Amino acid sequence: METSKAIKLKVNGKQLELLAAPNSTLLEILRNNGHVEVKCGCEKGDCGACAVILDGEAVDSCLTLAWIADGSEVQTVKGIGTEATPHPLQTAFIEEGSVQCGYCIPGIIVAAKVLLDENPDPTDSDIRVALSGNLCRCTGYTRIFSAIHKAAQVMREGAQKNG
Amino acid sequence: MLPRFELYQPTTLPEALGMLSETGGNVRPFAGGTNLIPDLRGGREQARKFVSLAGLDDLRFTRFANGRVEIGSLTTVSDLHRSHEVLRNAPALHASATAFAGHMVRCTATIAGNICYGSPSADLLPPLLSLDANVTLASAAGLRILPLSRFNLGYKQTALKPGEMMTQISWPQPARGTVQLFYKLGLRKGDAISVISAAVSLTLKQMVCTHARIALGSVAATVVRAERAEALLLGRELTEKLIGEAAELAADASAPIDDLRASKEYRLHTARVLVRRLLRQAAEGPGEAGSTRRSTEG
Repeated sequence: METSKAIKLKVNGKQLELLAAPNSTLLEILRNNGHVEVKCGCEKGDCGACAVILDGEAVDSCLTLAWIADGSEVQTVKGIGTEATPHPLQTAFIEEGSVQCGYCIPGIIVAAKVLLDENPDPTDSDIRVALSGNLCRCTGYTRIFSAIHKAAQVMREGAQKNG
Repeated sequence: MLPRFELYQPTTLPEALGMLSETGGNVRPFAGGTNLIPDLRGGREQARKFVSLAGLDDLRFTRFANGRVEIGSLTTVSDLHRSHEVLRNAPALHASATAFAGHMVRCTATIAGNICYGSPSADLLPPLLSLDANVTLASAAGLRILPLSRFNLGYKQTALKPGEMMTQISWPQPARGTVQLFYKLGLRKGDAISVISAAVSLTLKQMVCTHARIALGSVAATVVRAERAEALLLGRELTEKLIGEAAELAADASAPIDDLRASKEYRLHTARVLVRRLLRQAAEGPGEAGSTRRSTEG
């Protein structure tokens, strides 16, 4: 059997070298190295709690082998915004009261961020397709949708001002 | 924790084919991994040597040229969903890619992985079968091309031989005016495995059917074509009576099972309903984008 090797990942802008076995998932090596903001849910690709942005695409980190992610750029919910400088999505989720238990939220922010990067003015239907891999058992999604619409509006207005 | 396994990471196709043949056939290609990883975790996958195809970027493409469509085997489901050319030229396939699992899985899962896993509930298979797709299989010894209808042989059994991997899926561009439709019935509208799915590809000239393909998913050990229903439609006017008869014959082509998602009886009933609905929709004309959007939206 092959043994562990060092893989290179740029996580939230910081270059890391992490030891990973062939059977290590991206989720495991992120959490084992302090990135516990990435949540472990179903480990089957159903719930989306472990979603991260890998080279611009939202993926389930539980279904991504660490070796295959070698050399990639990873963004977690912490890389999207901080408490001091939150992303408009994070602000809108707080303002709209979109969070109950909160476990699914890191993955939902990730999926919503990728959506808004591609589509600055999504319809409910666009949001439904983008969030189709994220399960939330608390909220019923209504306030999650209103927060995404609100963040999209804030970002569009910001883009207009800056443009 | 995943069980221990070996992972080879080639960067070219010849290198990958070499690795697949050298190890005597007990090594498996690993594409998106969205089925393999849960199967490894759940003890359903026994292989312990894999060749990762993630480095073979050349196999990720969609081409529409010279009357043919060619899709590279490592094209992700999300690539299909995002492609305007797929939406325009293969709307049923586009609808199936939109109804497929959830967003993150779509970004990782590949077209070839969906085909080669060999599940009768594979969302992309009914549209591809209705398009008369061929699959290209490569090994160190060379290439062979098979009709997709001869690739899926049984439940999780395919024509893929040890040392082989799929490199391309292709089909002839359907005649102008061909209506392509897909409907997935799941327990939810997203992140669900199909209870039953159906794809129809129909060419009509003044309401007379000149070409018909009907494919059904999750109704037998493999995705099936309703060939007797297709033959009935050919050369005839698409009337309500004919649609009803074709729907009956399509249900006859299915041999569903009871499982946790639905009963055999429900699947037989819905096979009839879905085929009737799609044929009626085809008779009404292609409409907007020619495809059913109800795969993800009620």
